[in-house]
Amino acid sequence: MTDAAAVDHAHGVEPAETPLTPESWGKLGMWVFLAGDAMSFGTLLAGYAIMRGNSANWPVPVDVLGISLTAFMTFLLICSSVTMVKGLDAIKNDDQAGLVKYMWLTVGGGLIFLALQAYEWTHLINLGLHLSANKWGDSLFGTTFYIITGFHGMHVTGGVIYLAVIAMRGQKGVYSATNWNEVEIAGLYWHFVDLVWILVFTFIYLL
Amino acid sequence: MASASHSEHDDHHVNYMAIFWWLLALTILEVLAGIPQASPAYPQLLKGALLVGMAVAKAVLVALYFMHLKFEKVALGFIAMIPLVLCVFVVLMVLPDF
Repeated sequence: MTDAAAVDHAHGVEPAETPLTPESWGKLGMWVFLAGDAMSFGTLLAGYAIMRGNSANWPVPVDVLGISLTAFMTFLLICSSVTMVKGLDAIKNDDQAGLVKYMWLTVGGGLIFLALQAYEWTHLINLGLHLSANKWGDSLFGTTFYIITGFHGMHVTGGVIYLAVIAMRGQKGVYSATNWNEVEIAGLYWHFVDLVWILVFTFIYLL
Repeated sequence: MASASHSEHDDHHVNYMAIFWWLLALTILEVLAGIPQASPAYPQLLKGALLVGMAVAKAVLVALYFMHLKFEKVALGFIAMIPLVLCVFVVLMVLPDF
């Protein structure tokens, strides 16, 4: 027995369970994806910091972008994270109607966020903040603003579609107190999008 | 294995509303700290430290409680930490450009 185990080990056969073996492989997969995605945002924000730090005429973001609308958008995403966890809690208690209600509320939060971002972009473009030039100073200010908030907005768009699919599957009665793994995994993605916005709001708008 | 992990799962009860109020309060404080221009009385370094500190606190709250990292296996926490370490590395690598 011991010999056999030793032989297995010598041949590089993995033990059946490792410290990484999760309750759900899908959850582990989502975390690995999010870690990679966090690197995308991390490098974008680091690049932003370097460009801003090296610039002689970087505008004061608050003066150009304003805060009140984006503060409300931050509030909205936080609320939608709460409805997300409430939805997961509901289905863990076998409350299918509660799951569907909270999932659609979460989708609604995401949609309002996107609508406000579209309004904000239109407003800023009309004011003269363009991708390659603007009237306040360094042209990279506009470039980095649109790329970073746009990259995040695409994540919100993807999340809205993802959560809408979960909500529709919930309506079909796919999930139950013994089957909520997919809901939890979708929630991880949505909370990550919220988490990233917290950082974007701070670094792009407030600092 | 499956049954053990199941019972583990139902043990923790997070007061999500408490997390929500913390996140809201920190957001309001952040806006209050972000509006005033940096001045000799309110140096940029202090402003930056306050804002980054509060943002990190909010991000940690979301990860620990909404994403349940606090109740997961330690290995999952390590996966979540990898990008943080790499981002610090990225910043340090380009610092000589300043």
